[in-house]
Order: sequence, then C-alpha cells, then structure tokens
Amino acid sequence: MTLKAKVYVTVRKNVLDPQGTAVERALHQSGFTAAKNVRIGKMIEMQIDESKGLSKAQAEAELKKMCEKFLANMVIEDYRVEIEA
Amino acid sequence: MLTEVYSADARLVWHQEKSVGDAELVVLPGGFSYGDYLRTGAMAKFSPVMDAVRGHAQKGKPVLGICNGFQILCEAGLLPGVLIRNRQLKFVCDDVRLKLETDNSPFFARAKKGSVVRMPIKHGEGNYFADADTLKRIEGEGQVAFRYVDPAGNATEAANPNGTLNNIAGIVNSGRNVLGLMPHPEHACQAVLGSEGGRIVFDSIMGSR
Repeated sequence: MTLKAKVYVTVRKNVLDPQGTAVERALHQSGFTAAKNVRIGKMIEMQIDESKGLSKAQAEAELKKMCEKFLANMVIEDYRVEIEA
Repeated sequence: MLTEVYSADARLVWHQEKSVGDAELVVLPGGFSYGDYLRTGAMAKFSPVMDAVRGHAQKGKPVLGICNGFQILCEAGLLPGVLIRNRQLKFVCDDVRLKLETDNSPFFARAKKGSVVRMPIKHGEGNYFADADTLKRIEGEGQVAFRYVDPAGNATEAANPNGTLNNIAGIVNSGRNVLGLMPHPEHACQAVLGSEGGRIVFDSIMGSR
C-alpha cells in the first residue's frame, strides 16, 4: 500500500500576498470580475516510501514535522496535509 | 573585498564543509543559493556547514548575512522574522540610503548611530516581515540595525524600496553578534565602485581583530 500525500502551503491571512493581488487584478482585467480575495499558495505532492513501513498515523506525524521544519515557513505560511492510500 | 580593502586573511568555505575552522567572522554572502527553490534561503539552512555557523553564533562570535545570507539566517532561526517578495513584485536594483539605528553591536562599536550611508540593493525578496509581537520586540530592544531613509534621513514611504515593514533593511539578533541586511555593503567599500558607505558594516568588526 503506497501512501500518497498532498501538502497545501498557503500564505497566512495577516500577511500581504502581492502575487495574489496582482493575479486578482489581472483576472478582473480579463473579465473574470467574480474573483475575490485571491491568494497564491503551493501544493507539494509526494509518496511515502513503503519500505519505511510507516502507518498512516505515523506518516501524518512525519509530514507535520516536514511542514513545520521546512516545507512551510511558519512565520508567514499555514499548511494542510492530505494523505490517502 | 575583505582581503583587498581590509587586508584580511579570508577564505571561502564550501557549504558541504562541517567546520568554519578558526574563523573570527563568518559571512554568508548574497546570491541565489539552491536557485531560491521552495523559498529563498529555505534549503541552504540545511547545508552541512550551517551547524558550524550556528555554533559560531551561539559562542557569541560575529556572523554577517548579506542579502541571500540574511534570508538564510532568518530561515535558520538565527535571526527573527522572514524576507518575503518585494511588494511591487519587481526585482529592485538601486542605490539606497540607510540610517544606522544602533551602535550596540560589535559590528558598529566605532560607528556613529544616526549615520546615513549609501549602498546598492539588488533583490526580489527583500521585504522584511515579522508578526506584530516579534516586530514590537525587535523595535523595543533596538535590534533594527538599518532603515531605508530619504536624503533628509527620514524613513518615509517613498524611501521604502520593497514594502519592508518599518523600512527595515537590516537587523541584529538579541545577542547582537549576528547581523543580517539586504543591501550590499561589500559592493560599497571602494570609491571606484561609487560609494564607500558599506565600510560602516566592516570598519568596527575588522578593526577589532
């Protein structure tokens, strides 16, 4: 059973996201005026190496550490992890 | 620059090395380490040499981070806060004026607080950010080293080249031995390059050998 993980890293609400603002402006200019509060994040996907023998719970704990130490900068970013078999 | 202008015994340390030897001052230079992948400075903080840099800083010895070096020091937790994308989303290459906001550091022992100097900046992620509590602490403890100012020495909106909070261009840690700044003092130490304003960062620390 290969566990697959998706990590969503997003800019915290209290941090300015100039990329999101620029994209929103461009969307409006292209006629997509319904777009509001656009924020740009990252999606990182990976498989959990089955030879490590991690359970889903263990994999979740590993991913939480990966996010907090590296994949997200906790000063400015939030993260969300999704794991599926 | 350190060998030419300050006649220093300087050597390059490759990031895979595990020691900084008997170095007195460790400098993390500018550049685009790891291609700025994931986040600027995020991957460099795991380079083998960073343990030695951390040890050097923990002993109270001087560490200087310039531009990408500053970004790495923040990611590595040796300085508070983080550098994010310039607010206007453009890479900025310009000469700026900086005001020295503190002389409480071995880096500025011989410098005059309030001095205004000129140096170049060249960066896409020079926008300093810290949460409200951290920012209050940095300001309150006098950890802001340099602020972007106008010709009159005022930290105005117009003098802010990238949206950085409180016009912050550089900070020191609570121990005052780790200094990080986005501008490039090493490119402003020889008159032929346009300015000697960068000497303010090196004169004190190099003179106290």
